[in-house]
Amino acid sequence: MWIFDRDLWLEIFNTLGKNMFRTFLTMLGVIFAMIILMLLLGSANGMSNGFNRIFAGTASNSLFVWSQRTSEPYKGFERGRRIRFRIDDANILKKNIPEIDVLAPRIELGSHRGVVTVYRNGRTSGSSVYGDFPEIDNITKKKLVKGRFLNNNDIEGSKKVCVIGEETFKLLFDKSEDAIGQEIRVNGVFFTVVGIYKPNNNINIDGENAIFVPFTTFQKAFGSGDRMGWMAISVNEDTKVAIVEDKIKKLLKNKYDIAPNDERAIGSFDMSEIFNNISSFTTVLQGFSFFVGIFTLLAGVIAISNILLITVKERTKEIGVRRALGATPKIVRRQIVMEAIVLTGFAGLIGFAISVGMLTLLDKMFGQGNDFPFKNPMVDIPQFTIAFLLMVGLSVLIGLIPANRAVKVRPIEALREE
Amino acid sequence: MIQIKDLHKSYKMGSNSLHVLKGIDFNVEDGELVAIMGSSGSGKSTLLNILGMLDNADTGDYILDGVPIKNLNETKAAQYRNKFLGFIFQSFNLINYKTAAENVALPLYYQKVGRKERQEKALKYLEQVGLKEWATHLPSELSGGQKQRVAIARAMAAEPKVLLADEPTGALDSKTSYEVMDLIQKINDAGNTILVVTHEPDIADMCKRIVHLRDGVIVEDKKVEQVRAQQYV
Repeated sequence: MWIFDRDLWLEIFNTLGKNMFRTFLTMLGVIFAMIILMLLLGSANGMSNGFNRIFAGTASNSLFVWSQRTSEPYKGFERGRRIRFRIDDANILKKNIPEIDVLAPRIELGSHRGVVTVYRNGRTSGSSVYGDFPEIDNITKKKLVKGRFLNNNDIEGSKKVCVIGEETFKLLFDKSEDAIGQEIRVNGVFFTVVGIYKPNNNINIDGENAIFVPFTTFQKAFGSGDRMGWMAISVNEDTKVAIVEDKIKKLLKNKYDIAPNDERAIGSFDMSEIFNNISSFTTVLQGFSFFVGIFTLLAGVIAISNILLITVKERTKEIGVRRALGATPKIVRRQIVMEAIVLTGFAGLIGFAISVGMLTLLDKMFGQGNDFPFKNPMVDIPQFTIAFLLMVGLSVLIGLIPANRAVKVRPIEALREE
Repeated sequence: MIQIKDLHKSYKMGSNSLHVLKGIDFNVEDGELVAIMGSSGSGKSTLLNILGMLDNADTGDYILDGVPIKNLNETKAAQYRNKFLGFIFQSFNLINYKTAAENVALPLYYQKVGRKERQEKALKYLEQVGLKEWATHLPSELSGGQKQRVAIARAMAAEPKVLLADEPTGALDSKTSYEVMDLIQKINDAGNTILVVTHEPDIADMCKRIVHLRDGVIVEDKKVEQVRAQQYV
């Protein structure tokens, strides 16, 4: 195989090494192009990772369902009727719709997003109070700073325990105090704090100032009976949320005698839509980075081709001598194309190494914070492989321009004495 | 070795054409040392280019070692050049970033001779021209006469049928010229066929046969008593 021919490589490195400075300048274009491509791709990846980190803990294939007022008259009912879900709805839904993975009913004290005054030792906080099942943790994961989240024991025993938000803690306790085991008063009922949670980055459905108590305790303490406020539902991995959303609404509409075309009686929010939007955003960003980077790369490779054209011109005589000594056009062409490949390949690798360093630095600078959607900015191996192969492919095509110029050198003209 | 019959060549210069070779008939036997003489514009360089397959004749036959040389494509011409011919140029045309040995080995590289054998042969031919100890030197470290001797070694390395020398002493002083001619005579003594293009009568006299060209035709073709260059060295 000619590719393993030591002499071919010696020839190539000899000619490239003859003018190191020019060779380096030639490579600069491709080095920069590679850096730009890799930085763009890496940053896009970093953003994608960053968003993933922000949403970590929130099941992406989940939805929330709540009840509102009807907007259409139906079956003798007037419009504007208030729909109230009951706790058995949860069981009915779970039984009839197998695609549902987790269903966590919730009830809220006061109206929706309402605020209740919570007392402790003469301090107060206006907090949301939720009655919850421990399953909710599978859909919107709480980051616990201290203690634990609600568990099944609490539900079964209707224990008077609660998990409070960090903000609530600040309002009701001194910074140095240990809240675990302390009691707080909600609507005249005392609850023992068992855990403190930290808001889950940017997706924040419950707010930071909130108190979670067991659903069963809520029922007894506040006399909510079998009422249910809303449901957080996650669906099976391979099922589309929208389909399940449809089924749930159909079932509930049927149960509560709501007109099938009533869009407002049951409210819902599809979390997966946000995720899809963001992931299509980052995909577009990656595609765009690739697009821009490839064209920069093309410009770099063309610069190499240009320099090789000049080199060929300078080496006219040498090429003529080689031709006279028996170099076939194929050999001459191969040598020039190989020079183009070696130059681009080297430059690409150097650019890659530099950009990996820069991306690591970027990660050190921006990737550690929680607020900024940026983490692990790095290109993956397929991305790099594609970019590299594309680059080498381009260099072959573009290297053919100076190569064909070299072949056109007629030995007789090259050797003519000046 | 070389048979040429009724060779014509003209160059187009704008609207008028310049008839450079007007019917050359010319044979060279094995082992001859022929000087081709003529003033500038006589057509001697054109003849040499056609003999060297660097240029094509318009009409006429050229047979080299029994092989008709006609309508060659570039690849075939390169292969034939490599196999049949060794070139010696006025300005040496060594590749300046290759050592003497590498320069000599270059035609062998194009013959796809293995690396080791190439090096051995290159050293052998450098030894023949008396430059074995200069093998690792670059052309820039050699004198003009040494460069030409490396070029001669390079021309011989591929063991061609014919050596073509285009004004081999044109860039050298007379003492070095005689040294180079002495070498060429010795190579010829060993049985190699050599054509030397020159316009210097004393160099021509060192060949065994002189062909005079004038205005594209051979005006004189005579065998001469060879003057040995050895006596001037």
